[in-house]
Amino acid sequence: MPGARGTALAPATRVADSLLDLIGNTPLVALHRLSPPGRTIYAKLEGQNPTGSIKDRVALSMVEAAELEPGQELLEPTSGNTGISLALVAKLRGHRLTCVMPANATPERRLLLELYGAAIVDSPANEGSNGAVRLAQELAAADGRYVMLFQYANEANPRAHYEGTGAEIVRDLPRVDALVAGLGTGGTLMGTGARVREANPDVVVAAAEPLPGDPVMGLRSLEDGYVPPILDVSKLDRKLLVSNAESVAAVRALLDREGIFAGVSSGAVVHVARKIAEELPHGSAVVAVLADGGWKYVSAEFWRAADVEESMERTLWW
Amino acid sequence: MTVIRVPPVLREEAGGARQVEASGSTVRELLEDIVGRLPALGNKVYDGSDIRPYVNVYVDGEDVRTSGGLDAPVRENATVVLLPAMAGGER
Repeated sequence: MPGARGTALAPATRVADSLLDLIGNTPLVALHRLSPPGRTIYAKLEGQNPTGSIKDRVALSMVEAAELEPGQELLEPTSGNTGISLALVAKLRGHRLTCVMPANATPERRLLLELYGAAIVDSPANEGSNGAVRLAQELAAADGRYVMLFQYANEANPRAHYEGTGAEIVRDLPRVDALVAGLGTGGTLMGTGARVREANPDVVVAAAEPLPGDPVMGLRSLEDGYVPPILDVSKLDRKLLVSNAESVAAVRALLDREGIFAGVSSGAVVHVARKIAEELPHGSAVVAVLADGGWKYVSAEFWRAADVEESMERTLWW
Repeated sequence: MTVIRVPPVLREEAGGARQVEASGSTVRELLEDIVGRLPALGNKVYDGSDIRPYVNVYVDGEDVRTSGGLDAPVRENATVVLLPAMAGGER
């Protein structure tokens, strides 16, 4: 049918030699329905990476930088997207991967990692992710075959975003007035922010911080907290806290109004992107980095819950 | 007076309170007021010249480290939140 979208054959596309060659080069899409009048928010869809998250970039970059010798194996404390990404990269590069995770990590996370081929070592459930880090460090110190990549302190993490995520944004958009991404390890904001700022010196680099959940709120002492070595807060122009209700409202709006099924951290990012876009003059372009798709979170209660705060937290903190 | 929300990890220092009150028109004045009223809490957050590294202070949702630091203004009825500084997201 002439004129219908998708019927005309697109220009020749690449044929990949490996799934690893399909990491990165994610599309930007304008969020016309969620952008304030006169401004445009562009979502960078990192959920379109091979395992469905931005962590594919980080995993590939860290494994390449590690230059493993024969007999060496990868080790990482993770039960999240990073583990799945590392499992893919390890499989295709012929490495073994062990993930250390709290014994109470969800069955879906555990199964997904096992299906991708990772070995799993349990750390004490009551010690949370700090316990997983501690055990992984002990394993790596005791056994020379283990190479712990540790994304929170690995310069290959922000470098993946400087050379990939940020360079792609600069290539694809002539002007960027604000860049918004979630704050986890800090890798996305540091690397992407640096590259986008080189081309757009006045860009506002903004972190969206979801209200922390049980693992952080349940810390026994402040000193158990952790500021990632790769994160330099002085490189951020804004750092905004987003409530669970705001994150969920935005992630639902992304699906309802733009058709984008994203993870809840993307809700926080879109919430901040809309807020900043409203503060900027007409004609401004804001890039929102959406770290993953919603598929890994379908069993989460918040999609349908009326009381979001309660469904996301065992305790009402305030 | 401004209401300051206290995270669980600091409630013992706040006498078990989920929120405390303090006055001040800047973050510095607010923190110094807390040190005067609740020294145990105040000293965990503020070392007399800066916010301690493992704590974040948010005024109306914005981390004061990126919005003027100790000189950041605090409007009447602002929402102030203290949180442990910690890597967000999942590992």
